[in-house]
Amino acid sequence: MAYLIEGETGTWEIVIGLEVHAQVISNAKLFSGAATTFGAEPNSQVSFVDAGFPGMLPVINAVCVSQAVRTGLGLKAKINLTSVFARKNYFYADLPQGYQISQYDKPIVGEGELILDLADGSTRTVGIERLHLEQDAGKSIHDMHPTKSFIDLNRSGVALMEIVSKPDLRSPEEAGLYLTKLRSILRYLGTCDGNMQEGSMRCDANVSVRPVGSTELRTRCEIKNVNSIRFVQQAIEYEARRHVEVYESGGEIRQETRLFDSGRVETRSMRSKEHAHDYRYFPDPDLLPLVIEQAFVDEIKAGLPELPDEKKARFMAEYGLNAYDAGVLVAEKISAEFFETVAKGRDPKLACNWVMGDFFAALNASGKTIEEPPVTAANLGAMIDLITDGTLSGRLAKDVFALMVETGKAPGVLVEERGLKQVTDTGAIEAAIDAVIAANPDKVQQVRDGKTTLLGWFVGQVMKATQGKANPALVNELLAKKVQG
Amino acid sequence: MSLDISAVRAIATLARIELGEEELAPLAGELSNILNFVEHLSEVNTDGIEPMSSVADLSLPMRADLVTDGDIAEQILANAPEAAEGFFTVPKVVE
Amino acid sequence: MSELTHLTLAQARDRLVKGETSAVELTRAHIAQVEAKRHLNAFITETPERALAEAEASDARRRQGTAGAMEGLPIGIKDLFCTEGVRTTAASKILDGFVPPYESTVSGNLKTAGAISLGKLNLDEFAMGSSNKTSAFGPAINPWTRRSDPAAKLVPGGSSGGSAAAVAARMVLGATGTDTGGSIRQPAAFCGITGIKPTYGRCSRYGIVAFASSLDQAGPMARTVRDCAIMLGAMAGFDPKDSTSVNLKVPDFEAALTGDIRGLKVGIPREYRPDGLSAEISEVWEKGIAWLKEAGAEPVEINLPHTKYALPTYYIVAPAEASSNLARYDGLRFGQRVPGKSLDEMYAKSRAAGFGPEVRRRILIGTYVLSAGYYDAYYAKAQKVRRLIAEDFRKAFETVDVILTPTAPSPAFGLDENTDDPVTMWLNDVFTIPTSLAGLPGLSLPAGLSSDGLPLGLQLIGRPFDEETVFKVAGVMESAAGFDVSPEGV
Repeated sequence: MAYLIEGETGTWEIVIGLEVHAQVISNAKLFSGAATTFGAEPNSQVSFVDAGFPGMLPVINAVCVSQAVRTGLGLKAKINLTSVFARKNYFYADLPQGYQISQYDKPIVGEGELILDLADGSTRTVGIERLHLEQDAGKSIHDMHPTKSFIDLNRSGVALMEIVSKPDLRSPEEAGLYLTKLRSILRYLGTCDGNMQEGSMRCDANVSVRPVGSTELRTRCEIKNVNSIRFVQQAIEYEARRHVEVYESGGEIRQETRLFDSGRVETRSMRSKEHAHDYRYFPDPDLLPLVIEQAFVDEIKAGLPELPDEKKARFMAEYGLNAYDAGVLVAEKISAEFFETVAKGRDPKLACNWVMGDFFAALNASGKTIEEPPVTAANLGAMIDLITDGTLSGRLAKDVFALMVETGKAPGVLVEERGLKQVTDTGAIEAAIDAVIAANPDKVQQVRDGKTTLLGWFVGQVMKATQGKANPALVNELLAKKVQG
Repeated sequence: MSLDISAVRAIATLARIELGEEELAPLAGELSNILNFVEHLSEVNTDGIEPMSSVADLSLPMRADLVTDGDIAEQILANAPEAAEGFFTVPKVVE
Repeated sequence: MSELTHLTLAQARDRLVKGETSAVELTRAHIAQVEAKRHLNAFITETPERALAEAEASDARRRQGTAGAMEGLPIGIKDLFCTEGVRTTAASKILDGFVPPYESTVSGNLKTAGAISLGKLNLDEFAMGSSNKTSAFGPAINPWTRRSDPAAKLVPGGSSGGSAAAVAARMVLGATGTDTGGSIRQPAAFCGITGIKPTYGRCSRYGIVAFASSLDQAGPMARTVRDCAIMLGAMAGFDPKDSTSVNLKVPDFEAALTGDIRGLKVGIPREYRPDGLSAEISEVWEKGIAWLKEAGAEPVEINLPHTKYALPTYYIVAPAEASSNLARYDGLRFGQRVPGKSLDEMYAKSRAAGFGPEVRRRILIGTYVLSAGYYDAYYAKAQKVRRLIAEDFRKAFETVDVILTPTAPSPAFGLDENTDDPVTMWLNDVFTIPTSLAGLPGLSLPAGLSSDGLPLGLQLIGRPFDEETVFKVAGVMESAAGFDVSPEGV
């Protein structure tokens, strides 16, 4: 379903490209031996290199390079065996060198693709323009003093991957799906933890609009550093409407950098970035071209995990799941693993229903993460076994599941302790039926006269008499025989 | 190629060097002379020549991903003209 | 003046080895000379107490039998090398009060080899200059004077002018220099000493205040070829902290001084004989060619056709890199800050107050040639021409083993001369810059005196990482030249 904006003069579509800055998972920084962990004391994870001291020189971290290659391969992208680091020159308080070491015209990763999983179960492929490695800047803190900004360089020099999409996205929803999927892939690869709150994944959105049917690319505005998927969507929505209003009132959009104000849900111009940007990129003379061997790339490729798209396809083929369920289960590697543990040797659809249903509900309600699940995969699997072997009815299983959440005990133990075993002993059920029939001769007569809907009432009575433990199928079968004669 | 005063002013802004009005005209002259001097390069045919950014005929050496540095906040801040509470400080930046 | 200050570095080493003198004695003698020659303004920072303490420790090491290659030898460090705990200025106000908490690899290597530093030597601000006149601490003065006008003060050359003056005035046995476009070789020639810029990548740049990263290279300055060979051996070596440092074993450069250059082919580039080259310079060059011939080498005329484009190429590449390298001097983390109402105002005021006119000029030019719309015409073009210049040398070295040229187009000039036009000043480096652009080793040694009594230098250029051949040929020329004069009063 296309997302379009109905204006006064016509219908408009949005053109969106996203630039994601993903912090590389590594112990040390991109060009120094200082640590990368989040939340340390100010300036405690800073080397003289990161602080831009005189005579300090960068030396690249091998793991950051392999992480970039790994990510490129995960995005089915071209890996450039020779890439070049360039300096992006600008002055800012948290940029100690006066330039950021980045990659400009020769990035380490070229074109690739990412597949969006749309709500209706279909997919759409979005182009990746490039991925390059660069240094993060430090942090300026503006609210610690009335007239001063405070500078912490702990982040300065941390490796980032800038992942740039092609302008292929057409709605806030697609932008959200893109970020969700990218985050999922990065987490599968173990190259970025995807934590937007801690800033390890940040997004700039390039937004423009055009009349439906047009193929032109109009002037875009860049919305900087939006730190949640929801905010990205809101920012795009606001920005696109702003463009339409400007065009329809005869105005022009100026290419500029804008900031999203999540409180007011609007974007505004960043005047501080207004005056002439001129980054004066040139190859960093402190660094030689980065040359990697095809064998190095092949080795990383051979070690890639099964990624969400492949896993989804396999879940659909191997377990017969529908696209939606498979998509939800594979979004996080750990939930996919949870499902596979539950499904192993069991009815996959039953496993899927339990994981997607009661399990996810319990997970949400518990406020825990799947790393510490309210019910372990082994216990959930054992419970499904009890359903399959007839020990538990569906209804009893729900009770057992609730008890598992409550107590953390294994389902077999709970069944024993609480006597929740389903009654399949025909004699016991027959006795219960006989008692109900004996007590209600008039209703028996009504059924025999054709009012078969009353059978349900009988089932209920029998179940009540057996504290819900009677096998419902058996109850139905026997009741039909006995009541209808 | 000659640079006028406004060009010099723009370059100085980009380079974050404050120049007095009286400095602009002489600098425009000097910088224009330099540009005229370097412009001889346009005589050279460089079709098909790759720019040479390093004479070192090597590829980039890499370091192991080990934490070997940091934890020296005191030394990092020791030369700072202004610092407070473990941070460098600057005039407030308004976004 | 002590006899000890008239020893060469090699002679002093040999005496120390034989126990005929001590590091403390040598250091005391040189400290006295530093004090006696203070009017030359060769030092920015003197560290005599530190030096004496180091000398005592050095003598102790020698007694324990753990002497290094430079054990107990008093030297000076150009004030572009960061030295742990010792103020480092780059001869700029912008680094006011900066005391590095770290040591440059090269000065650290010298320390490890046992050398005693007497302090930090004067230079052109951020090594940008050919006269030492751009130093924020006032110019160093050349100990040599003209016979015709002994009162006129002369420049020691630049940027390593303080290093050259200190070595020539016997204040130190040797000094570190750095060379970006001629900053070791031109002052060596002006002060009648020997200096070598090794191949780019031979010495680590870690801890050296950067001017133009793709060109900067450290090297020794001393009174003889052997002294330079000893000192370079101690300075050089692979450094994992500098990505452009080369992982090659450091040869025994001193062992290369065999005196045998028979059969070597020496290139004589036609392009280094421009119209208007002074007759004196031509003559000394001819003499050099004759010495090599006599020693059995074969002079070969060669062409380096892009030579005349080297200067404009350099004056795009070096300022471009400098404009970026000097962006970190912003008054935020170290050095001088001039308050401002806003961050940008603080930057602009601090940088305006901190940088001298030549540095400012180069930052502005560098900023301009990298800026949008001009990058291709200037910077990219210069990098292409740079390749052509390097190719010229590569081709020449297919037929010759070493190249001989003058070091500078003139002897040392007066402190008040060449001041009007920056471009005229830059012409000083016309013979040294091509080598820098190509990253090749270049050595300057004194070959004679001008008619007015000033030293004239010749330059030997070698293949990449073939400093040994350069030293070998230089050793032969040094013997032939017999340059044994000292400046008046030294």
